Amino acid sequence: MVPLSWYLIFSAALFSIGLFGVLTRRNAIAILLGVELMLNAVNINLVAFWRYGDVTSMAGQVFAVIVFAVAAAEVAVGLALVISVYRRRNTVIADELDMMKW
Amino acid sequence: MTGEQIIFLITAGFTLGSGLMVVTARNLVHAALWLVSTLFGVAVTYALLNANFIAVVQVTVYIGAIAILFIFAVMLTRRDLRDSGPQTNKNWWAGALLAVLTFAGLASLLQGWSGFSKTGAAFPSDFDAIAALGEALVSPDAYVLPFEVASVLLMAALVGAVYLAFNRK
Repeated sequence: MVPLSWYLIFSAALFSIGLFGVLTRRNAIAILLGVELMLNAVNINLVAFWRYGDVTSMAGQVFAVIVFAVAAAEVAVGLALVISVYRRRNTVIADELDMMKW
Repeated sequence: MTGEQIIFLITAGFTLGSGLMVVTARNLVHAALWLVSTLFGVAVTYALLNANFIAVVQVTVYIGAIAILFIFAVMLTRRDLRDSGPQTNKNWWAGALLAVLTFAGLASLLQGWSGFSKTGAAFPSDFDAIAALGEALVSPDAYVLPFEVASVLLMAALVGAVYLAFNRK
């Protein structure tokens, strides 16, 4: 049996990789890709805690399902925003999107 | 080292390598395709954790829907793929430092936790995890309210996405 610590370290590494992508990418779609990696790391933690805690309580899996729904909503709205911005400004580089700057 | 541990190590290495390619690939279509392989590795991890339903949902929802949505969005904004400049901003070293510090912080925080190297108990006999999950999602004593809130959220997100991307002409 794999110890819980391996899953937690794996998930922490995946979260850090996602964080690096979110902080450093210039393209708005690539930033969303990083957010997806972070959400997946969180889901691994939720499922691992379900498996290594009380298996009869389904809280970990239920929250993983809800994270799936939130991720789908986030991607739908995020990509719609990116495409809408691309139509108006012809760019998806995050540095150049300054419409909300006064 | 047992077979399960070897499978876990291979899966974790594959997933982390694909994840690194997602954040470093220059071509965004390649980054989206590496995301598919990362998500597949995570699905294998769920299967290793005996969460079969979550593994299947990962493949259908994440790889089947979300990754395809990403590839579509990348192709709809294709003009920027040809930009020859760097794909990361000027402060990439600060981002890398912060990511490494986050990992070190999480690892040291977890080291001090008493349940860190716990091993899992065997499944109770005649326990059906999928049936229990289905009951937990619709039972009033359990999680029916978060489940309904999640469905309202999805509905609102879809209406919002259609409104945002609608081309008024």
